[in-house]
Amino acid sequence: MEGLKVARVNISRGGKGIVVDAAFSAPAGKVTGLVGPNGAGKSTLISAIVGLERPEAGSLAFEGADLTAMGRRERAAICAYVEQSASTEERLGVSDVVALGRIPHVSAWTAGLGHDDEAIVAGALEKVGMAEFATRQFNTLSGGEQQRVHIARALAQEPRLLVLDEPTSHLDIRAQLQVLHLLGDLAQAGGTVLLALHDLNLALRFCDWLVVLHAGGVVAEGPPADVLGEDLLAQVYGVRARLIGGPSGPVIVYEGTV
Amino acid sequence: MNATAYIALWLLLLASATIAVTFGPADISPTEVWTTILHHLGLVPESPVSRLRDAIVWDLRLPRVIAAMGVGAGLALAGAVMQALTRNPLADPYLLGLSSGAALGAVTLVVLGYALFVPVGAFVGSLAALGLALLIAQLLGGATPVRAILAGISISALASAMTSFIIFWSATGDSYREILSWLMGSLSGSGWPDAVLVLVSLVVCAPVMLVSARGLDAFAFGEKSAASLGVDVVRLRWTLLGASALLTGVMVAIGGAIGFVGLVVPHAVRLAVGSRHGRLLPLSMLVGAIFMLWADTLARTVFDPRELPVGIVTALVGAPAFLLILMRFRRVT
Repeated sequence: MEGLKVARVNISRGGKGIVVDAAFSAPAGKVTGLVGPNGAGKSTLISAIVGLERPEAGSLAFEGADLTAMGRRERAAICAYVEQSASTEERLGVSDVVALGRIPHVSAWTAGLGHDDEAIVAGALEKVGMAEFATRQFNTLSGGEQQRVHIARALAQEPRLLVLDEPTSHLDIRAQLQVLHLLGDLAQAGGTVLLALHDLNLALRFCDWLVVLHAGGVVAEGPPADVLGEDLLAQVYGVRARLIGGPSGPVIVYEGTV
Repeated sequence: MNATAYIALWLLLLASATIAVTFGPADISPTEVWTTILHHLGLVPESPVSRLRDAIVWDLRLPRVIAAMGVGAGLALAGAVMQALTRNPLADPYLLGLSSGAALGAVTLVVLGYALFVPVGAFVGSLAALGLALLIAQLLGGATPVRAILAGISISALASAMTSFIIFWSATGDSYREILSWLMGSLSGSGWPDAVLVLVSLVVCAPVMLVSARGLDAFAFGEKSAASLGVDVVRLRWTLLGASALLTGVMVAIGGAIGFVGLVVPHAVRLAVGSRHGRLLPLSMLVGAIFMLWADTLARTVFDPRELPVGIVTALVGAPAFLLILMRFRRVT
């Protein structure tokens, strides 16, 4: 399974290395979690993957194609990005927001969206379970609903790579589970899903593949239960923790700081 | 709703323009207005309208009506674009020091006795202020919108202070009145050269802005989100800023610092039709044109033979009108 391959990516700011020789892969058809403590470089690495930032060195390949060599629109037609939480003061309907996802596919010179585009927008809302909200104002939705609309917007881009930066951090637990289930379904359908996550128990439960970032570099990569050992949690997160067997897989119980 | 609204607004604009030309000290009928226009366009060879009335329509009122519509359309368009670009609902076309720079340029020329060249002074002043604001922002470490706005505020304050100083120190009598009317915004004395200049600037700048509508939509959730949708954020920002500045520079040169239109018309239209710029920008232009046309017509006729600066009317009529719109849509704001 090819998916995304990140090789020796370096990004620095003001002479300080934020991402240092980062290398990992995110397989197609799987949900890959990117975890690590605050300041580990998750967001910066994600910015580089979605093209908001140019890596100084290294390569970003998706299905064998060099992402950094692509034009903006070409790249946006392959790779979609969902932020932690993105709000707006603008008066936009839910389907207007989802229609933004058609921007990379539609020429600036055509006035409106075609029937195909509208069908794609409606289909994307259907997939995230928000079809009945299509005519609502985006600003009147709850945080979890807004995030699902953002994912629908990303789906309307018809991406093969979906990248999300902590998409669940501002959501209540029910909305978190909904979003993560949704991402699982998308990966099952063959897409490559990469998301930064804070909650390690959710990562254990919902990710198929886990990448641990520490001080800008990848320190571990593999199936979540193999990666998140007690030593790694101590070394990377500075916490004392135990993994105990739960009914649906292992669960991390935190006991204190190191 | 789309096509009908456009047609209705175009008809309203055309009807308003016709009626506006008939308004004034000499009574002129709508038929005379159109006969005269068609005659000058070469479509009616023999006009029954007397030469005096022909001159009132063609030389006096029509260019002013056209200038008013053009200035209204241009300011509303530039305002809508600036609001989207900076994601700031308080943005107007004069953001980044454009109007204060224009005022300084205009007042300087009035005081020096070159009142005829006021438009040139205003245009140069507005672009100089903008350039200075952007230069300072760049020197601060890169011209981001926030830095540009902050630099614009300081340039604006500086230029306003210098303008006030010049007025306070050296303006007397007539030049005082001239300056005041310019500062409040006035289209009095607009002739064909003004009308043509306004139209040309619209023809040059508006298409650039209208074609960027979808790019502006992408700004709804910020620059990152726009960039991830494949929009070249930096290029779009500078292109649109340049086009708005040029357009506003011309509008300020022709009409002075007419307030309110560029700030409020886009908001009113947004409340009615939402924030999609493919709809918002052209509708703002139409509504801006109609609003400005009526404001200017009131300005020149209500206290006839005295004229009010149109900027007073845009605020006097516009503020209550906008409050009514806010009340009407209070559920959604």
